[in-house]
Amino acid sequence: MTPRIVDIWVYLAASPLLGLTITLVAYVGAYWIYERAGFTPLLNPVALAIIALVVALKATGTQYQTYFDGAQFVHFLLGPATVALAIPLYTQLDRVRQLFVPLVGALIVGSLTAIISAVGIAWALGVSESSLLSLAPKSVTAPIAMGIAEKIGGVPSLTAVLVVATGVSGAIMAKYVLDVLGIRDHGVRGFAVGVASHGIGTARAFQVSEQAGAFAGLGMGLNGVVTAILMPLMLVAWRYF
Amino acid sequence: MLGALTVLLLYQLFGEVLVQLLALPVPGPVVGMLALFLTLMVRGELSAPLRETTNGILQHLSLLFVPAGTGVMVHFARVSGEWLPLVVALLASTALAIAAAALTMRLLMRFGAAGKGPEE
Repeated sequence: MTPRIVDIWVYLAASPLLGLTITLVAYVGAYWIYERAGFTPLLNPVALAIIALVVALKATGTQYQTYFDGAQFVHFLLGPATVALAIPLYTQLDRVRQLFVPLVGALIVGSLTAIISAVGIAWALGVSESSLLSLAPKSVTAPIAMGIAEKIGGVPSLTAVLVVATGVSGAIMAKYVLDVLGIRDHGVRGFAVGVASHGIGTARAFQVSEQAGAFAGLGMGLNGVVTAILMPLMLVAWRYF
Repeated sequence: MLGALTVLLLYQLFGEVLVQLLALPVPGPVVGMLALFLTLMVRGELSAPLRETTNGILQHLSLLFVPAGTGVMVHFARVSGEWLPLVVALLASTALAIAAAALTMRLLMRFGAAGKGPEE
């Protein structure tokens, strides 16, 4: 019987089905726990799903690359999902027009704070240059951040991990930070989360309200564009001085 | 739903092609998003299937980050000596960025509201 199971395992490990299925199983399970816990930000479903997957892959001795061959079909959907952010943006158009100056101001201040504080703190704690460059674009959505990291000399796959960690930590902390500051407007709350913690923060914002989600999507999209333009310029300036 | 998905893919493809042609520093999907946004503004209306499909995708946006995040297992060894400073920098900077963006936006909104009052 045992050889038969091994054969089945070998067959499944070679097809994308397994990687795709365990990704969905882990996420659905994590989401169920999150829902059961009343959507508390502390039990972020992305974090739970990743922990479960890492444990499962380590336990079965499966390589990440093997897993990703299947999971890439989910990963691919990040592209169309980014395009889809145009829709909530359009439905909030009136408010966006009205708040044009506050949005641009918050975008620039938030974007610069994210980059400078991350690199500054890590540098003060003795982090190596290649890790610093991988960390710098951490607040923007994965495909943009990886492209930036590649351009400025970071490690794109390390950036992807730091981006996800930033998203998860923003989704967890945002409620508490914003409550302490007494910020109640869902537009402001959403926009700040989107600028600081991209798609995972945006996903959390959509679970709170459509308005928060739309503004988060806007913050995420704009910060992606701004960081992609600012970062190479900042690096040149830094090297020069 | 199929039509809506096709629209999203077409705009993404348009974005990718434009980025390649003009060597833009921005990823294709972001250009696709801006193009779709402009299209909606020009048309001035949003079809129900497009709205429903995108709502469905965005509701589970966080699922899409799981495969990339699982890549953390590859980097355990590489950043083992640096993971603590990286985590500290990441957490502090994310909280600071949320606070800075929110406070700036609130300040400018109050400024704008106060400025408009007497004029009108």
